[in-house]
Amino acid sequence: MTEPLIYELSSPGRVAVTLPEPDVPLADLPSGLVREELPLPELAEVDVVRHFVRLSQLNYGVDLGLYPLGSCTMKYNPKLNEDAARLAGFALSHPLQPEDTAQGNLALMYSLQNWLKEIGGFAGVSLQPAAGAHGELTGILIIRAYHQDRGETKRTKILIPDSAHGTNPASTTMSGMQVIEIPSDDRGNIDLEALKKECDECVAGLMLTNPNTLGLFEEHVQEVIDLIHNCGGLVYGDGANMNALLGVVRPGDLGIDVLHYNLHKTFSTPHGGGGPGSGPVGVAEHLVDFLPGPVVDIVDPGDEEQPPLYGWVSPAKSIGRVKAFNGHFGIHVRAYAYMRMQGKSGLRDVSDHAVLNANYLRVKLREAYKVPFDRICMHEFVAEGSWSDAPGVHALDVAKRLMDYGFHPPTNYFPLIVHEALMIEPTETESKRTLDAFVEAMIEIARDAHQDPELLHAAPHNTPVGRLDEVQAARQMVLCCRPIELPSI
Amino acid sequence: MAYIPHTEQERQQMLAAIGVDDIDDLYGAVPAGVRFPDLELPDPLSEMEVMDELQALAEANLEVKHASCFLGAGAYNHFIPSVVDHILLRSEFYTAYTPYQPEISQGTLQAIFEYQSLMCQLTGMEVSNASHYDGATALAEAVILALNHHRGKRSKVVLSPTIHPHYRQVVRTYTQGMGLTLTGDENCENSPKELMALLDEETTMVAVQYPDFLGNLEDFSELGKAAHEVGALFCVVVNPLALGMLRPPGEFGADVVVGEGQPLGIPISYGGPYIGIFTTQEKYVRKMAGRLVGETVDVDGKRGYVLTLTPREQHIRRDKATSNICTNQGLIALATTVYLSMMGKTGLRKVAELCFHKAHYAAERIGALEGYSIWNKKPFFHEFVVKCPKPVAEINEALLDIDILGGYDLGEDYPELKDHMLVAVTEMLSREEIDDFTDALQELSHD
Repeated sequence: MTEPLIYELSSPGRVAVTLPEPDVPLADLPSGLVREELPLPELAEVDVVRHFVRLSQLNYGVDLGLYPLGSCTMKYNPKLNEDAARLAGFALSHPLQPEDTAQGNLALMYSLQNWLKEIGGFAGVSLQPAAGAHGELTGILIIRAYHQDRGETKRTKILIPDSAHGTNPASTTMSGMQVIEIPSDDRGNIDLEALKKECDECVAGLMLTNPNTLGLFEEHVQEVIDLIHNCGGLVYGDGANMNALLGVVRPGDLGIDVLHYNLHKTFSTPHGGGGPGSGPVGVAEHLVDFLPGPVVDIVDPGDEEQPPLYGWVSPAKSIGRVKAFNGHFGIHVRAYAYMRMQGKSGLRDVSDHAVLNANYLRVKLREAYKVPFDRICMHEFVAEGSWSDAPGVHALDVAKRLMDYGFHPPTNYFPLIVHEALMIEPTETESKRTLDAFVEAMIEIARDAHQDPELLHAAPHNTPVGRLDEVQAARQMVLCCRPIELPSI
Repeated sequence: MAYIPHTEQERQQMLAAIGVDDIDDLYGAVPAGVRFPDLELPDPLSEMEVMDELQALAEANLEVKHASCFLGAGAYNHFIPSVVDHILLRSEFYTAYTPYQPEISQGTLQAIFEYQSLMCQLTGMEVSNASHYDGATALAEAVILALNHHRGKRSKVVLSPTIHPHYRQVVRTYTQGMGLTLTGDENCENSPKELMALLDEETTMVAVQYPDFLGNLEDFSELGKAAHEVGALFCVVVNPLALGMLRPPGEFGADVVVGEGQPLGIPISYGGPYIGIFTTQEKYVRKMAGRLVGETVDVDGKRGYVLTLTPREQHIRRDKATSNICTNQGLIALATTVYLSMMGKTGLRKVAELCFHKAHYAAERIGALEGYSIWNKKPFFHEFVVKCPKPVAEINEALLDIDILGGYDLGEDYPELKDHMLVAVTEMLSREEIDDFTDALQELSHD
């Protein structure tokens, strides 16, 4: 089943929207600046609705089933969040309207900043970054600005473990600093000896993902952080895996200097088919002045009769704006709603059950699949999707075959340090019943990998399209459709 | 325990399977001294209590349904057909992630492919990516594309002073470690002619805005030509809704077109989430950051879509990637696609013209008021600058009393435009609202 492109559904003269006639005199259009052609499609409302509803049916989402995509925390997205963000007072307020007319928004953002500070153990938070990678760039620029401010301009080395997300080295390059890769040891931790060799007066910082991308809590975390601090560097925490740490440990208490949160992972805001996310950044006391500005603060404490007045304040040595306006406010509202529902006890329950679910899957799957770092994990773990006695079957085949069972596959081929990786993160919102069904499917697939490998190679069998030719896509580069000129009848 | 389905019995069964007695036993690797902090956070609430609290917060804001909005400055209140939000609420779209598994993501992939197509048509360019975070970050990524194009051998960027101030700030933030010279925006009167004088063999890119931040429209063909003569790239920041009636920058020789997509069906939502448009010419595609969807076929020859040219990206190239960007604004790109499908060829043109005519009506009336004058000397689209007889903040405060959200106070970003107000007029304002605004301004000039 394929759906035509929107241009292919177009008919000359068809109209979907009615608009009012002008109620003012018409002005002369600016000469020489008016376009001749506007090649947009022409459809009726019903055509548009059916087209996009049919497209939606070609998608898999969390609302359809388990989405154990490691590192992405695909938890259930509460419906309340969606209603909250659509309240007129939020959705229809202007980013530049006077502060005293936006006190509800500012109060919400102020609370969210404070809760994130408390959860992470930080002294300041900026809600401006739009996504995790954006938060990383922000954090790295803060580290750079801190050293520059102290006159330590030779500190340009950022140390990054080989298990890190690709965004870590890419963000570092954008900041103008230099990436030094640090290998992992055989227990999945940072190799301490290799780290020590790089610790010198040129270190600006270390980017630490903890739990790391193997789902393991760094066993020498204190030693790692001390090594960096002792050579004058700062530690950046990649908060992609915060879902394991709520009420369990505060990264700030471990000595992490700056960290980004992913509201779209940990705090249940939807992933939206690849965004919008939100990547607030938390910092320790010595970095508060470098945060991107402005941030929300109380500008007048008020008294018994007057509530406090919230307003925008620019940090003294701010790295500058990282985004126009006020960050992804609509996402902040959703995260606020979620955190208010969970409260203190609920947030701890989130991590507890995320960790419980991941460990349950790990023990249930470790006979059928090799788990290379098989110790108690946090919110996710990594298995291998290949077997020495089933040559020719790869992690990709396992992933594709899972679709036939109605599950989204785990992340595959990441982290790069595991051969044929399947990175599995169930999240806390999945029940034992769902996890058991997934285990059953995975075990059947492992059996078929040995007995009927062709079944896996040809998978998926039950999806709207089969495996797609990515080489052809890259070679022919059809990146947009041209308007279809239909003869008028 | 909101949204957690486990029963006590299941929890025990699962712990037994793992071989531990208690969930706390799973955290042995966490240093004991800092384990299980006592967080100072509020207690949980029920769904109805949370909604009441949020309702109260929302009602503490002024919103544009209950006020006449003359404030724009990069975020505009436009009509959004009901269809847009109904499609966004299809949870197959909003609860999906980046379409890494194309067989079960064709909905997202085809919608992005259509988005890319619509953006190319609208801007008159050959290639569009799947979007950036917003207009400001898209401009910063355009600068990085230019630097990569010149392999880091050119380090001067010429920015028009009438590019949105936030966008120029974001470019400076992004590039602070790159050792660049950013120039051109020191004086708000700098026109294309002054910018042209700054172009040289060191210049990697020149960027202008169309319509510019102060509302002005002009033909940038000469500037584009001058940029190409010195081998620099030419970037145009657009308001895509204005392109419903205006010549697309592709006709001015633009190498990159970026812009804020918010006017295309996205609520103003206190500043986000919005969407950064990024289109360019095919020859720059491998230097372009961001996700990209391409057409292909499946094993049976059926047409389908995949993420393509991924070797430019961070998860493969790591420190050699064109950018660190990982996501796009998927759901907002979908909203924009639905909006443009609904408006179509005639609807978008009509909205753009409604904005244009109403803005010109407002400018003519305000320009005739005693004490006020229109600053713009060039044609404008739906936003213009009014010289006021007193501080803008004072006027705006008085306007709020009669439920009018006044224009943007330009004095802070452009000291030479102290007491100047940037007024935006969209199709959402009726003639009566414009008249009320004009009458109020008149009255305020007398005080």
